[in-house]
Amino acid sequence: MARTVAAFKVDYFQFLNPDGQLIEGQQLPALARDFERLVTMYRQMVRTRVFDKKAIALQRTGKLGTYASCLGHEASHVAIGSAMRPEDCFAPMYREYGVQFCRGVTLTDVLLYWGGDERGSDYAHAPHDFAWSVPIATQCLHAAGAALAYKLRNEPRVAVSVVGDGGSSKGDFLEAINAGSAWKLPLVLVIVNNQWAISVPRSRQNTAATLAQKGIAGGLPSIQVDGNDLIACLWAMEKAIEAARKGHGSFVVEMLTYRISDHTTADDARRYRPNEEVEEAWAKEPVARLRSYLMDQGAWDEGQEQALLAECTAEVQQAADEYLDIVTNDPQPVTTMFDFMFAELPHDLAEQRAQAEHYQDTGGQH
Amino acid sequence: MAAITLIEGVTLALARALEEDPGVIVLGEDVGVNGGVFRATAGLQQRFGEQRVLDTPLAEVMIAGMSVGMAAQGLKPVAEAQFCGFTMPMVDHLMCHAGRMRNRTRGRLSCPMVLRFPTGGGIHAPEHHSESPEALFAHMPGIRVVMPSSPGRAYGLLLAAIRDPDPVVFMEPKRIYRWQKEEVEDNGEELPLDVCFTLRDGSDITLVTWGAMIKETLQAADQLESEGVSVELIDVATLSPLDMETILESVSRTGRCVIIQEAPRHCGVAGEIAAGLADAGIWNLLAPVKRVCGYDTVMPLYRNELNYMPSVRRIVDAAHQVLEVS
Ligand SMILES: Cc1ncc(C[n+]2csc(CCOP(=O)(O)OP(=O)(O)O)c2C)c(N)n1
Ligand SMILES: [Mg+2]
Repeated sequence: MARTVAAFKVDYFQFLNPDGQLIEGQQLPALARDFERLVTMYRQMVRTRVFDKKAIALQRTGKLGTYASCLGHEASHVAIGSAMRPEDCFAPMYREYGVQFCRGVTLTDVLLYWGGDERGSDYAHAPHDFAWSVPIATQCLHAAGAALAYKLRNEPRVAVSVVGDGGSSKGDFLEAINAGSAWKLPLVLVIVNNQWAISVPRSRQNTAATLAQKGIAGGLPSIQVDGNDLIACLWAMEKAIEAARKGHGSFVVEMLTYRISDHTTADDARRYRPNEEVEEAWAKEPVARLRSYLMDQGAWDEGQEQALLAECTAEVQQAADEYLDIVTNDPQPVTTMFDFMFAELPHDLAEQRAQAEHYQDTGGQH
Repeated sequence: MAAITLIEGVTLALARALEEDPGVIVLGEDVGVNGGVFRATAGLQQRFGEQRVLDTPLAEVMIAGMSVGMAAQGLKPVAEAQFCGFTMPMVDHLMCHAGRMRNRTRGRLSCPMVLRFPTGGGIHAPEHHSESPEALFAHMPGIRVVMPSSPGRAYGLLLAAIRDPDPVVFMEPKRIYRWQKEEVEDNGEELPLDVCFTLRDGSDITLVTWGAMIKETLQAADQLESEGVSVELIDVATLSPLDMETILESVSRTGRCVIIQEAPRHCGVAGEIAAGLADAGIWNLLAPVKRVCGYDTVMPLYRNELNYMPSVRRIVDAAHQVLEVS
């Protein structure tokens, strides 16, 4: 008769229900009552959302290139960013502005990048974080490599990466899990499962009951949380990051959320998903959820809400103005194509650089 | 007979191939319900069903590796990579398996797969969406590399690629996906692989290019013609293997040649053509061969992309230099 040699389970954590009420009957993290902290997070979530709306408006009016919205991901993203320390390292995919703003990436940085200007990836205030990684899931291995660097140098730092439900199908992600397990790396891999990979639904990636269990298969403790519940996301990230920092190895956290927006501004999600699904997602979205909790608890009120919206709108407008001013009045010279290729410009590129400079005015005259 | 765009030529050829050969399977990310991010596979899943047009999990290595497996076992996978930048992990299966399958099994197995994907810049796309990696693929033994530059050639060459008994990388110049319309009859007639197409006859200079650079090269040719220069224009179309014969024959008459490619210059297909001219055409050349190429830099983000890509002026200047030599 067979005997069981290994058995697994995946725990799911949710502390705030979609109506913004605490789910009693379980041990609640102290965080749930730390209103000062929660208000700080809430402010960051609103700031991210106001930014997102502005970025889409800029794209729609021809002032920004293709843009990947983060609408609906605010709790997941802000929780990840808030749980990290400045000396940790983040390896993003392409829509985690909520994480990045916590890390010091500026609103203007993000606009420059999607506005086709390389300076957007030169984060003055997040000096060692990786830049956006458009080739899906590749960033997971960069985070694993960063984690190995910290481990080999005995530094109490943690590398964090985010991958999507689609990206979790790629070898890079599974290889990062394996590396985390092989070397007990200070690595936290977050799957932001927003149910869609462009037009491909979660159910088409595979039939696994959870994506978190891929971590378990590789030997990592792995859990699932409600990605629209800031308290659950932050609690999970703090636990995982601190354990990783203490040398307990790598962790996988799957955050269940929903991509309310189109995949990017170049996409039209109405072609492949029913509107009812999006409406349902609105009923569970993270910002309203945390707001009603904070208001119920007397930690937030309508006046503060209006003041915050006004403040964020002004800040975002200022960033948009700054971005437009930079690309209009201080455009990157054509020579910057060459100047960051190598530490020292090789001779053949020097020749081409001069040629590009000579022809730069014809750019556009195709 | 309808006038269609280049991308519609792709769709038409895919539909034709799905219709005529039950072994043809179209697969890729978002190719099914969504009809592809550029709409190249629009309507195909509705028409041919989920068994023939497959949305895959997000995994390029899987798409390439499984295409090799399917092809070796009697199917004709026509796989799509969503953008040129995402073909890089597929290189393993192309280089180490697809291009070698026939050779290493002494003909017992083969690999009649097609990998098609949009290539090139100029549409304000995000990072990694605008590169021109044709030389990487053209460097792989055992693999054909094809790039159409008109609706009719998209249709005829893709049909040929799918019917071909060996692996073909079919690169679609997305900047001209919807540039020109042309009447294309859906008659199932393929165009020959492995030959260049002479688009214009002329006697003073030969301009050689492929893919989306056809657009600027045609404009440069018009400008040169208006100056009284007679231009011969060749669309290489199949980059590997290379039809040097057509190019050599043309240069034997014109004695002058400029090669235009959007890709970086170093180790590019333009260099291969120039080497072919230096080898077998040297005695017919009246002037040095010039290349007008993308720079050997990372493809810049969109604000600088037109400064990266060869412009009409760069092509005309190079032609003038070549014409000045007496
Ligand atoms: C390797 C690779 N293949 C394909 C793409 C094109 N692409 C961009 S986003 C995307 C879907 C990603 O889905 P998911 O991982 O779930 O992340 P989400 O966009 O939903 O946040 C695809 C296929 C890419 N960027 N990289
Ligand atoms: Mg997703």
